[in-house]
Amino acid sequence: MPSVNTAFKVEAVLDNLDTVLNKIETVLDDVECPPKTAMQIALTIEELFVNVANYAYPGIVGGCDFSLQAEGEEGMEHRGYIVIEMRDKGIPFDPLAKEDPDITLSAEERKIGGLGIFMAKQIMDEIDYQREGNENVMKMKKVWT
Amino acid sequence: MEIITEKNGTEATMVLKGRLDTNAAPDMAKTVDAFLTSETEKFILDMADCDYVASSGLRVILNAQKKMNGFGGTMVVKNVVGDVMEVFEMTGFADILVFE
Repeated sequence: MPSVNTAFKVEAVLDNLDTVLNKIETVLDDVECPPKTAMQIALTIEELFVNVANYAYPGIVGGCDFSLQAEGEEGMEHRGYIVIEMRDKGIPFDPLAKEDPDITLSAEERKIGGLGIFMAKQIMDEIDYQREGNENVMKMKKVWT
Repeated sequence: MEIITEKNGTEATMVLKGRLDTNAAPDMAKTVDAFLTSETEKFILDMADCDYVASSGLRVILNAQKKMNGFGGTMVVKNVVGDVMEVFEMTGFADILVFE
């Protein structure tokens, strides 16, 4: 059963979005994650990383640490999981604390914002925020069968 | 992402090719702003070759819909692939947009 355990660090800037997503997609590919699930996981990481890049470090450039642990079965079984941890040393911010948007409103009534985190919550099986010392820590897990 | 636009009288078509992610969304927003005018009666968004839509992309699509509503025109979204349709469903956009 292929398994991957890896970590990397990037500057939290939007220019690094492709780098981050490429690394995550490579890991998901290595453990044979189905394409639809891989896309949804990439979407989740994009939303969280963009938040860090835009808001965590007002006026300065800071880092964002990723650690990934994934395992998957080959062939038709396609069972597997990924655990992702993201850390930044930016201002304390819990993205999960925000109220979910009302997705039943019409186009005119819809408010901009909140959709990214709302998707992340729906996609991931587990998603958790903690402030640990001077770090924001997001831990999440996605299982596929 | 590649954005192709074509106008045929009062009908405006936009074809998205690639990922509509946070870095591509501002390009689409600019294109929508310039491309859709009060003369536009029907806006067709062709997403056959778009396999990824982030929340920033959803916002641009929502703004295009609002713009067409403001003009008293219509907007249809065409050829949405399954994975992207799931994103539309997850966010309630499936109920807002008109699909063809």
